[in-house]
Amino acid sequence: MLVFLAAVAVALIAWRFTVGLGRSTALSDGYPWGIWIAFDVVTGTAFACGGYAMAFLVYIFNKGKYHPLVRPAVLTSALGYSIAGLSVMIDVGRPWAAWRLAKVWTWNLNSVLLEVAVCIMAYTVVLWIELAPAFLAKFKTTGPAKVQSFARATLPFLEKALIWIIALGMLLPTMHQSSLGALMLLAGPRLHGLWNTAWLPLFNLVTCVAMGFAIVVAESAFSSVAFGRKPEFGLLKPIGRVAAWLTLAFVVFRFADLAFKGRVGLFGTFDLYGIMFWIEAALFVLASFMLLRRKQSLGSLLRGAMLVAIAGGLYRFDTFLVAFQPERGWHYFPSVTEQLITLGLVAGELAVYGAVVKYFPILSGTEGERA
Amino acid sequence: MSTDRRTLLKGLCAAATCTVAGVSAVEAREKKVAPADAVGLLYDATKCIGCKACVAKCKEVNKLQADVDGYGDGLYDAPEGLNEYTKNVIQLAKYNGETSYVKKQCMHCVDPACTSACMMGALHKGKFGIVEWEANKCIGCRYCQVACPFGVPKFQWSKLSPRLVKCELCKDRLAEGKLPGCVEACPRQAVIYGKREELLQEAHRRIATKPDLYVNKVYGEKELGGTQVLYISHVPFENLGFRFQQEEAVPNLQQTVQHGIYKGFAAPLALYGILGAVMFRNRKKGDANDDVR
Repeated sequence: MLVFLAAVAVALIAWRFTVGLGRSTALSDGYPWGIWIAFDVVTGTAFACGGYAMAFLVYIFNKGKYHPLVRPAVLTSALGYSIAGLSVMIDVGRPWAAWRLAKVWTWNLNSVLLEVAVCIMAYTVVLWIELAPAFLAKFKTTGPAKVQSFARATLPFLEKALIWIIALGMLLPTMHQSSLGALMLLAGPRLHGLWNTAWLPLFNLVTCVAMGFAIVVAESAFSSVAFGRKPEFGLLKPIGRVAAWLTLAFVVFRFADLAFKGRVGLFGTFDLYGIMFWIEAALFVLASFMLLRRKQSLGSLLRGAMLVAIAGGLYRFDTFLVAFQPERGWHYFPSVTEQLITLGLVAGELAVYGAVVKYFPILSGTEGERA
Repeated sequence: MSTDRRTLLKGLCAAATCTVAGVSAVEAREKKVAPADAVGLLYDATKCIGCKACVAKCKEVNKLQADVDGYGDGLYDAPEGLNEYTKNVIQLAKYNGETSYVKKQCMHCVDPACTSACMMGALHKGKFGIVEWEANKCIGCRYCQVACPFGVPKFQWSKLSPRLVKCELCKDRLAEGKLPGCVEACPRQAVIYGKREELLQEAHRRIATKPDLYVNKVYGEKELGGTQVLYISHVPFENLGFRFQQEEAVPNLQQTVQHGIYKGFAAPLALYGILGAVMFRNRKKGDANDDVR
């Protein structure tokens, strides 16, 4: 099923490059960015912040007991970021010009999108390097002799250098996840007042960390069911609580900011914007209360985590699509092609995750697990 | 208090400190002024008769395809607004039973949002402050369309090698000593070309001579940081479709925030150093504080 959806996406991507963006998408001059940006890139990379969030917990706050959760999180992150990169290449109209980004001296240093693009590319590479020990550990003993000796030679070197790679793996998301929020500041007066604030970078950063933790919880819970493993329940509960506190902090700060800006009046407007705003707030609060409950089962933990992810995703959708107000007369609803490509890419991601987990030491308890 | 909550609080405090430090380091961005040689257009809505000679001439000199989608049986080139075939358009605005025409094209902002958005400067301010587009530097990301407060840049959605379509003030004709197409075509001098400074003076002169006729404002003198295309009108500018009357330039907030955080790239480097150092220390300390492992 996953492979089938991914295959459909591949066919539709080919179609998009045959007929152009106009016929394959619902994008327009009014809504130049659609779900490929708002979901695949902005929400997708936030979902993929598990690696980032876990790195902080394990390496900075020195909570080594969470180490077993790092590798699966980094794998999800690497796949998520790769999908985001792929989506961008499908979305842009002139992808063949992208190589020019390598010409550093032509960069426009005022462009937040440039920072986001360069940062995301660099981080994707960093993630795969972080993951490399898992692959090398496997190839140390399997595969052609040449590969084996390469793996043996590289692994010790990589393990020494990894600390600086991981540091980069924390710096880069801090930069681009906040800048993803800053992107919409340039829409300026065309962004609705409930979302338009100079704190957008910080809000995006805080929520992406919460979403990262939430996805780690959800992924671990799913893996335990899918692969018939004992859930790492003792580890997941505190992570859920961290996500909950971050979420609550964000909601409080957001309301305070709006109050401080004198935009309380916008709370009461019963239009699309007011309603979406309150749905977001309700989801965030509900999610954190679910995760903060003392009595937890794997199911309740999973539901709470999913809710954090959904709330964070909705916040991003609203910021990039709903709160964006082009001139009158423009409408956007993603075309079937857009939806199926996004769906197929996610399906492909899950399929690859399943395959990698099966053949390489990613999940805890498997051989060569320690990085 | 559980370890996790304490850890989290520590983290939040650290993040907050960094942010506050970053934000307090933010200085107000310098206000951009038009270059000394800035040129532009002055459109006088009271003079325009809506003949659309400028629209036709613009298509001719820019070699743009006719837009036959909107009207008739595909016989008339009748664009309803700016689009991938149209860099210049005349629209009809209604106000209190009165009507007015309004010409729309790139405003050539003094502090444009689009050039700030553009990753490699495909959109940039060139000679005379004209906002130009350079094909080979454009990836087609369309961030300029998200950014432009006037909704000016248009994208060739139907093409496999799409280009950006927007007025470049006939910069090639200017180089040949000719007037912009729309200006040359206008039978009523409703749109004139000149240096921005002189156009501003002319605009104020016209308003001063007929204060009863004109709204007492030159749109583009200060709006959104100022534009090089200026408007005077007998109808309030909101009714001509100009949504924004504030004077702050669109890129101001974003640029202040981002350049504040990234000033001299010091903050990211410092963060990198701190992260590395903490991890290094943690590794040395070993996992003494950890029970499981």
